[in-house]
Amino acid sequence: MTQTQTSELETRLLTLAAHRFGKSVASLQPSDDVFEKLGIDSMQAMELLTEIEGAFGVEIPDYELQGVTTFAGIAALVRRRLG
Amino acid sequence: MTTVFTGETLTLAHVGSTLEVTLHRSVPGAACNEIGEQSLVELERVAAYLREGAGGARALLFSSSVPRGFCAGADLRALYYGLVAKRDAGDSPEVAVRAFIDRIHAVFDTFDAVPITTIAAVHGVVFGGGFELALTCDVIVADKTARFCFPELRLGLVPGFGGIPRLARDVGNGVVRDLLFTGRSLNAQRAHALGLVSQLVAQGEAPFVARKVAEQAARFDPETSAAAKAFAKPLPTEWLAREKDTFCRLFTSPVVEAALRKFVTSTDARPYLP
Repeated sequence: MTQTQTSELETRLLTLAAHRFGKSVASLQPSDDVFEKLGIDSMQAMELLTEIEGAFGVEIPDYELQGVTTFAGIAALVRRRLG
Repeated sequence: MTTVFTGETLTLAHVGSTLEVTLHRSVPGAACNEIGEQSLVELERVAAYLREGAGGARALLFSSSVPRGFCAGADLRALYYGLVAKRDAGDSPEVAVRAFIDRIHAVFDTFDAVPITTIAAVHGVVFGGGFELALTCDVIVADKTARFCFPELRLGLVPGFGGIPRLARDVGNGVVRDLLFTGRSLNAQRAHALGLVSQLVAQGEAPFVARKVAEQAARFDPETSAAAKAFAKPLPTEWLAREKDTFCRLFTSPVVEAALRKFVTSTDARPYLP
């Protein structure tokens, strides 16, 4: 059950990121490095954070993103905030 | 539209009864209207124009034509290389930074207290000095992409352009401490919920909505509006003075030079961020 919820959340996250930065959803995997795969810089990462917060209705402090490199890692942060 | 002047970093123009400042710094290395010496010179021209009567304008509107956002704050590269140059020349970095801070405070205090309604229309990055510029305004209109942040503690500093006293004037001190002590950024929706942002609008719509605010404010008697502003929005003068002292004292710390060097020399997409 937890795995299913996680996958759904990750899928939503990958779809959001793909649309935001003009990638195909199929080209993104949860284990991918966000910066490398999307080819974004720190300011664009802020844009992505804003979109994620808006889409999921959560607030993620920037410092929690330190050391988080993958979509799966971000999904875990979102899940924690969703309760 | 009647242009007063077009500088390297901003344009000042009359649009109807509103005076509009559009930030557009686009020199190499400046991603989002970073405030350096040239920006300050041009902001001083705006402040002088306001002190001379603002050409009869009834409202002042700040916005940015840079896609990434309103303003990313102080030009850290200029700050770092200026610091190094002063030190290498045997001059006091504290004296130089004090002069810069005094000038920017004079400008921001003018924006804050000018007896016409002031509006910041913001989007994207509203960080550090950019956040502090927005906080001088009476009303902040933000589109949903805006993010607000005081990252200064990451550099061993406190905000130096009057941001903390002005933010504390507008919202609870708990919010101030959270933003200041963690350096985290705040999205527009949250900023709206906190009362920092007066109006939250769709992406790209902040300038349009801000012009409507300006037009509405201009319908009222100017002396009444000025009197209302004078008592509703006093300058936190004593706190601003203490902020300047704290900033200038901290600026000479080796922690600041090391943090600035790390930031300036980083080529990583994930820059140094404690």
